[in-house]
Amino acid sequence: MTVAETSVTRKVVERASSGARTKDLLFRSALLLCLFVAVSFLGVLLIDVAIDGVPLVTPEFITNFPSRLDPERSGVRPALIGTLYLMALCAAFIVPIGVAAAVYLEEFADPSRWWNRVIEVNIQNLAAVPSVVYGILGLAFIVRGPIDIWGLGQGSPTLLAGALTLGLLVLPVVIIVSREAIRAVPPSIREGALALGATKWQTIWKMVLPGSIAGIATGVILALSRAIGETAPLILVGAIAFRLSDPTIDGQFSALPIAIFGAAVEPRDEFRILAAGAIVVLLAVLLLMNSLAIYLRNRYEQKW
Amino acid sequence: MRGGTETAARPGAGSTSLTRTRTRRSVGEQAIKVLLAGAAVLSVLTTTGIVITLISESSKFFGEVGFADFLFGTSWSPLTGGESQSFGVAPLIWSTLYLTFIALLVAVPLGLGVGVYLAEYASPRVRRIFKPIVELLAGIPTIVFGYFALTFFTPLLKDVGIDLQVFNGLAGGIILGVLVLPTIASVSEDAMSAVPQSLREGAFGLGAAKWQVVVHVVFPAALSGVVAALVLGASRAIGETVVILVASGNNPNLTFDLTVAHQNMAAFIANTARADVSAGGVAYATIFAVGATLFVMTFALNLVAIRFVRRYRQVYE
Repeated sequence: MTVAETSVTRKVVERASSGARTKDLLFRSALLLCLFVAVSFLGVLLIDVAIDGVPLVTPEFITNFPSRLDPERSGVRPALIGTLYLMALCAAFIVPIGVAAAVYLEEFADPSRWWNRVIEVNIQNLAAVPSVVYGILGLAFIVRGPIDIWGLGQGSPTLLAGALTLGLLVLPVVIIVSREAIRAVPPSIREGALALGATKWQTIWKMVLPGSIAGIATGVILALSRAIGETAPLILVGAIAFRLSDPTIDGQFSALPIAIFGAAVEPRDEFRILAAGAIVVLLAVLLLMNSLAIYLRNRYEQKW
Repeated sequence: MRGGTETAARPGAGSTSLTRTRTRRSVGEQAIKVLLAGAAVLSVLTTTGIVITLISESSKFFGEVGFADFLFGTSWSPLTGGESQSFGVAPLIWSTLYLTFIALLVAVPLGLGVGVYLAEYASPRVRRIFKPIVELLAGIPTIVFGYFALTFFTPLLKDVGIDLQVFNGLAGGIILGVLVLPTIASVSEDAMSAVPQSLREGAFGLGAAKWQVVVHVVFPAALSGVVAALVLGASRAIGETVVILVASGNNPNLTFDLTVAHQNMAAFIANTARADVSAGGVAYATIFAVGATLFVMTFALNLVAIRFVRRYRQVYE
């Protein structure tokens, strides 16, 4: 009743100044136009890529090695395998470290201490550092530098170095999203466990983490989909566009964004269009991952 | 004596074992806390790693090239040998800022428009449909935007009658704008959604029209969040690599002319690394000098943005 009354009053007031009403309509239309332009950009982009790329994606395109001689027989096999390896290694790196950091910041850290505030601002800032800067870090510190881990790099680019670089790049995303998921677990759950005699860690391990698993998994998948779409850091750590054998963890590698980049800068049209095929494969991988994220969120999300 | 042994055997033993467990437990708990803190500290080490890398490698560069020559020189051709080699970073910084400006010209009105619409006008159902679509735009890899700019947008602009080179600043800048649009839209939408309903109701009560409420009440109330959105968008545009690398070519240009090639700092870094210049040479060192410049610029912008975000959170949460 009261709602109806206010809306009636509002209507009366609005009618009182019809100039304001016209302006309102104009303003609203301008905003709608913005949304329309943004959405149609997305639409045109997807349609353009689909028209160019979908006819190229045949089983042979997936299983063939790239070719500089015959565009008909060129494929993305090493790039696709490289991307899947990168994703797996990256996940192995970011899941334990990202979740541990999130648990520390949410459950243990005292925000009034300066060092905890430094960590927090630092993570927010790292999330907005340009990806090419992570590439520089990967090149100088991991590929050619002091933490050439287990001597695998030996000064030359390896898949492991690429995965670590991408891992550092998306770690802030994992931490930020996991923190939100952990924060969403109500304090009463923790208090209940502590009151039953559980230690702090038992509470976290048995109650808090299972309760936030859906949010954490979603965050990890989002982070991984960002990681496998990155081009610049991989250029820096030396991924190659035309690789003629399957990648190994301690050897040179290719990845889908690099294959797209390599094809897109080709001067010959019949090779440049191969980029669209590789884009379709990459977008298909991303779509699968995002569907998985949505499924996990719906399946395991806790309502408190 | 005997009573003493008995107590030691029964409740006493119980209590010692209890204390012992508690100690063992608390040691374990402490160890876990240290481990977790270590993971959090890794993020600080990442920043330290970036800073150390940039400082140590670019100090080698500045050992050979004067700091003033780098910052104020207007000719940039570090990869050519001999006499014509020069290290003035000004054209590179110009192209970076100019392309960012073009991008913001596209992204600020569109992004804010989308943000305002979703926060203030859209019905819950419309928001449920369009918010994920805008986020989808943010999730598309940037290389896809680069391909789109080069193979679709540049030819389209040419068809419209603009005389463009194959690699040009116009297509790169506009598509860069589309790329940062979702950032601006979603951060500003969050800021405006955080404005308390009572402010809107107050304004309606005073007889304001919807657009007046949005423009004169909600927007100013969310201003710090909106500023944060713009700064984050600018920071993203400054640091973007592949769109510019693919669509705008390999020469920085100290000109207002958008029909010619423009190269930003990030694209220069990637292009130089791709050429696989030998480690240790001056050309290799330029990667780090330019990287340091880029890092300082985006770092400053990010700190500003973080400060603004915190301000609107403090006010309304």
